[in-house]
Order: sequence, then structure tokens, then C-alpha cells
Amino acid sequence: MGIISRAFQGRPRDHDENLPPGQYLVHDFPVLSAGPTPRVPLDRWEFSIDTAEGEVHRWSWQEFQALPQETPTVDLHCVTKWSKFGTGWKGVSLDVLMEDVESAAEYALAYSYGGYTTNLPLEDLLDGKAWIVHEYDGEELAPAHGGPARLLVPHLYLWKSAKWIKGIRLLNEDWPGFWETAGYHNYGDPWREQRYQGD
Amino acid sequence: MDQLDYQDGNALAGPLSEIFTLDVTTAVGTCAGCGRRGTLAELRVYGPEPGLVARCPGCEEVVLTLVRGPKDAWLDLRGSVSLRIPITE
Repeated sequence: MGIISRAFQGRPRDHDENLPPGQYLVHDFPVLSAGPTPRVPLDRWEFSIDTAEGEVHRWSWQEFQALPQETPTVDLHCVTKWSKFGTGWKGVSLDVLMEDVESAAEYALAYSYGGYTTNLPLEDLLDGKAWIVHEYDGEELAPAHGGPARLLVPHLYLWKSAKWIKGIRLLNEDWPGFWETAGYHNYGDPWREQRYQGD
Repeated sequence: MDQLDYQDGNALAGPLSEIFTLDVTTAVGTCAGCGRRGTLAELRVYGPEPGLVARCPGCEEVVLTLVRGPKDAWLDLRGSVSLRIPITE
């Protein structure tokens, strides 16, 4: 007798080879918050790259907007297990921002207005893998999603894509950030399910 | 006006009861950022995901974080100088 509900048959509808292990697909854009949302006026916004050797490269909002812009479409994977496919952004590649930066550093620490930090190897910011974005889905980036500008590193869990980005510090040694010192994985590769320390 | 995006520190009572046998929300802590003294229940708690982040109501610095994985909990008291915990006999 057919007593098993159809709902329990077959693979989940969300199954997709683009979905990393343990993730499920969402169609909204959840907002996770570790503190109050900073409000940064554009005339006071600036973005810096500080090298381990003590050089500082700094862009005002106008200077940042004048740089070559790209429009990446990427999948997002949050460590809290939701993924969102095909998100459209506009911003500046880290390759452009790093063009005139000379440093032997191997590590980077992204830091934000509001005090958030996250660390990653410098090579994960280069070769078309990361952007500083200021538009989402054709609109200016809302503060709740990290506006005026956030880091976007879609091949790592989304906590690495620091909202309200203020700068990137290049370092000779790895310096774990906010969640990385609080129990989360130091690297955060969604395809290897690197959620927590020890994963 | 923005909706309040945090809860008060009583939201820590359940998650911390997994770790402490006493109710530590009544413990009095000193903020490492501004020196304010107050109970954990007075903190502003953001989360719960990806982790609970409890901030000082005076200076908004992070007093503690609590991350709960499937097998471990990580309690980080980075912004707390000390905790005075009432013990009833």
C-alpha cells in the first residue's frame, strides 16, 4: 500500500552540483549581524591597503568610483548553511587595487567600519577571485548588506566577505579575525565544509 | 526608525546553561573597553547566527561571543575583565 508521502521520495528539489555539501538553496538574502550596522557617509568613506612594509595606499569614494569596474555574477555560501545562486554585483577587482602595491606579504586581514575583521591568504584576493563591491542587483549596496562597500570573496564562506570594508592590511604572518578567533575555521572553504576550527 | 537589531543579555541564559551550572546572566562583569560594570543580562546580544555576540551597552565593544558547533561550544570572553558570579549555598 502506498503509505509513504510523495514528499519523502527522490532527491531534494534543491539538489544541485553547484551546491556545496551541507548547504541548502535560498531565494531571499538573509542578513546576519554581529553588531550595530555602521552608517558611513560617502564623503568620509575611504578604503586603504596597508602593506607589511609600512606603505599606505588610500582611495576616496570618488577615486574608488573612477577605477575600472566589473560586474561579477557569483554564488554565495554562508556558513549557516544557506547558499544563494547567481547574485549580481558591481565593483572593483582586488587585482586593480593591488596593481601598484608592492609587498612580500602572504596574508591579508580585512577590517571594517564597526570593528569587524577577517583573515585570508593574500592569494585568495588575487587573480579574479575577489572584489570590493558597491552595487547589488543594480542598486547601491544597502547598509544591511555591507554598504557603501563590502569585500566579495565568493569562493570562501560569506563571513570572509567583510561588510562595510574599510581596508586590507597585508601581513607577513596570519592574524586570525573576528570569527576565526571565536571558533570558526581559519580558511572557510565551503566545498571542504570548513565551518569550525578542526573541520 | 530602525527596528531593534539586538536582544538583551537574558538571551544568553539558555545557550550558556549548556556550559555553566549557574545562571551567569546575573554575574557582574567589567567591560574591557570602557570599564562599565553591569550584569550579563544588560548586554546587547546579536545573533544567534553565525554566533552570539554580546556587546557592552555603554561602548558597544564585544564583551563575549559564543559559537555553537555540532560537537563543541566556543566561549570567548575577549572584552570582559572579570565576572563576579553570585553563588547561592
